[in-house]
Amino acid sequence: MADLVSSRHLRRSLPWLLIVIAALVLPVLLPPFRLNLLGRFLSLGIVALGIDLIWGFTGLLSLGQGIFFALGGYALGMHLQLSALAPGELPEFFGLYGVKALPAFWQPFTSPLFTLLCIWVLPALVAGVLGYLVFRNRIKGVYFSILTQAALLVFFNFFNGQQKLINGTNGLKTDTARLFGELVGSDSMQRNLFWLTVLLVVGAYLLSRWLTRGRFGDALIAIRDDEPRLRFTGYNTTVYKTLVFAVAGAMAGVSGALYTVQSGIVSPQYMAVPFSIEMVIWVAVGGRGTLIGAVLGAVLINYAKSLVSEALPETWLFIQGGLFLLVVTALPDGLVGWWRRGGPGRLASMLGWPPRTATYPQLDLDPAVQAERSELEGGMK
Amino acid sequence: MDLLYDTLFNGLAIGSVLVLAALGLAVVFGLMGVINMAHGELMMLGAYTTFVVQNLFKEGPLEALFPVYILIAIPVAFVVSGLAGLLLEKTVIRRLYGRPLETLLATWGVSLILQQFVRSVSSAFAIGLVVAVVLGLFLPRFTPADLWQRRWSPLLGVGTWVVSALVGIVLASALGGVRALDQPWFSARNIDVTAPQWLRGAVDLGALNMPTARLFIIALTALALGGVLWFLQKSVWGMRIRAVTQNRSMSDCLGIPTETVDALTFLVGSGLAGVAGVAVTLLGSVGPNLGGNYIVDCFMVVVLGGVGKLVGTVVAALGIGVLSYIVGSGSLLLVWPAMPPAINELVTFFATTSMAKVLVFALIVVFLQFRPAGLFPQKGRLVEA
Repeated sequence: MADLVSSRHLRRSLPWLLIVIAALVLPVLLPPFRLNLLGRFLSLGIVALGIDLIWGFTGLLSLGQGIFFALGGYALGMHLQLSALAPGELPEFFGLYGVKALPAFWQPFTSPLFTLLCIWVLPALVAGVLGYLVFRNRIKGVYFSILTQAALLVFFNFFNGQQKLINGTNGLKTDTARLFGELVGSDSMQRNLFWLTVLLVVGAYLLSRWLTRGRFGDALIAIRDDEPRLRFTGYNTTVYKTLVFAVAGAMAGVSGALYTVQSGIVSPQYMAVPFSIEMVIWVAVGGRGTLIGAVLGAVLINYAKSLVSEALPETWLFIQGGLFLLVVTALPDGLVGWWRRGGPGRLASMLGWPPRTATYPQLDLDPAVQAERSELEGGMK
Repeated sequence: MDLLYDTLFNGLAIGSVLVLAALGLAVVFGLMGVINMAHGELMMLGAYTTFVVQNLFKEGPLEALFPVYILIAIPVAFVVSGLAGLLLEKTVIRRLYGRPLETLLATWGVSLILQQFVRSVSSAFAIGLVVAVVLGLFLPRFTPADLWQRRWSPLLGVGTWVVSALVGIVLASALGGVRALDQPWFSARNIDVTAPQWLRGAVDLGALNMPTARLFIIALTALALGGVLWFLQKSVWGMRIRAVTQNRSMSDCLGIPTETVDALTFLVGSGLAGVAGVAVTLLGSVGPNLGGNYIVDCFMVVVLGGVGKLVGTVVAALGIGVLSYIVGSGSLLLVWPAMPPAINELVTFFATTSMAKVLVFALIVVFLQFRPAGLFPQKGRLVEA
């Protein structure tokens, strides 16, 4: 009994315990700046989870997740701009462009409740509509990728060009706004946001895991592997794809909102084309179709990026480009996938440690058998 | 009437740049199905080649030829970009045929590397790079052959490249101490190409004022288009390319060297990107980010036109050009001054270059809802069309 508890239950609960400990200890250990960075990167893990759902499991490579990311960020950013004001006042930047009245679509964002809903419902809706239109016409593969990228460019140009509506290329600052009576940029607020981020990452992970196990998850994987066959067996694949795309959109929105409050600004740069492709590479490096790999990839790559950019800014693009090439050609399953598929074992056996075999280890190590094998292999070449 | 000509000419001018930029992509993506996100960077290489050629002709023995340097830059840019594309095909894309999404990501990585390469290349950097590559290629030759028979030999292969990369980096940073070698060739700033005198003027046709540079680009586009059509339809290798596009395994059986055909197709497509790069330098200063401004547009052109159809690419690019100009210049206001205030407001709202792009792209996305295969779809009965 004691064995059971110690082995199985402990192994199951150990990761969670580690997360709790890390969440409690890190804010004490790390200086506020590093903690803030970690919080930001963790919040990017949520958008990566969404990409893992649609790309890793469903095979839809979206290059436009930045749309939903930024929409979530803008929703919160607009609310924070408004919350700092006395009634009748306008956010400062409107004065620069001679706007006298608050544009109509800003009005509802005075309500915190509406904003909280909007952060994830709005991106999910946009993703749902865009996805439905695209999937209904059976646009897929690279055409889907290119279309999402075009959509991203549309949103980017729109947000970038509209000074009078949303401050255009300057974006919205959030640091000086107040949330629950406290400055958003303050250290204690940022610590609370870090905890919130950890909670939401765990929540998003659990949601993704729940979605990918069971029938829905099976359907997603079937769409990835052979969509026509699934359709011919009577499944309406459009519904599944739209649904999972909307979920990924909602995750991107939440992620964007968390990222915005932790970095202090939301700007059209969140919709820049390179940023959305970067998101994909986090998932690819971590391991697509592994969920945990997506979060790990997002945190690792961004951490590496901030380290490299601090030390040698010119080299980051080389490293990033190299990562794209490496992960596609040499490590298609990503780090976590490599680990799960016995990568460390293969590496160890290359370095001379005996490979672990399931059956008849003596047979594998028998010199006669080995000689015969190499002969056979040589003959085949 | 003048307005009509004006719109047509400007639309044609915008569209012809798009045609030229998308033409290479139409060959690579349309015929081979390869998603080359580095296409824009191959254009950038063409633009930088023009810059280098211009500097060669600015002074020294070749100064007399300066007025025609742009004509010399065109084939040079074709060769430079084509060779870069060939290298890309041989090293990366070849491994990824049939995996379009992976190709997309890998070529995006290449595009990042090329961008940064142009920014930070200096003599020291170039020497280090060349040494590293030569070392990586030849180091295996000088290691005992039996080392390559071991179980860990794959690691040895990786190791040689790591070692040669390190040697290259150390060498580059050591040489970087020398002032003359550390000077970046182009740096991150934009470069300006001075057009020769005869391209700086304008042809004045009464109401219509046509800049010569624009006319030159239109002529260049027509020439490139004619060249590609002739190559694909009339030449032997063009026929082979079309055969491989239609049925790869059958062509292989009939003795067509499909790998050579792939490489050649890619070379031609990349070279066309280089030519487009030459044209782009005439429109204004260019920088390392040049590619990013064109790549999505190019893909939209190819997809809108119908993948695999050159006619579609041309029609789509010219259509987008004219539409962008009409929307962006707000010339509807001139045609119809008495329009209702609501529409007037709408037209003014979209009457900037970036907002015109928003509208045009949104229209394309809507259009693809009705014609998912583009303007000129390829006929077929496959499920996976």
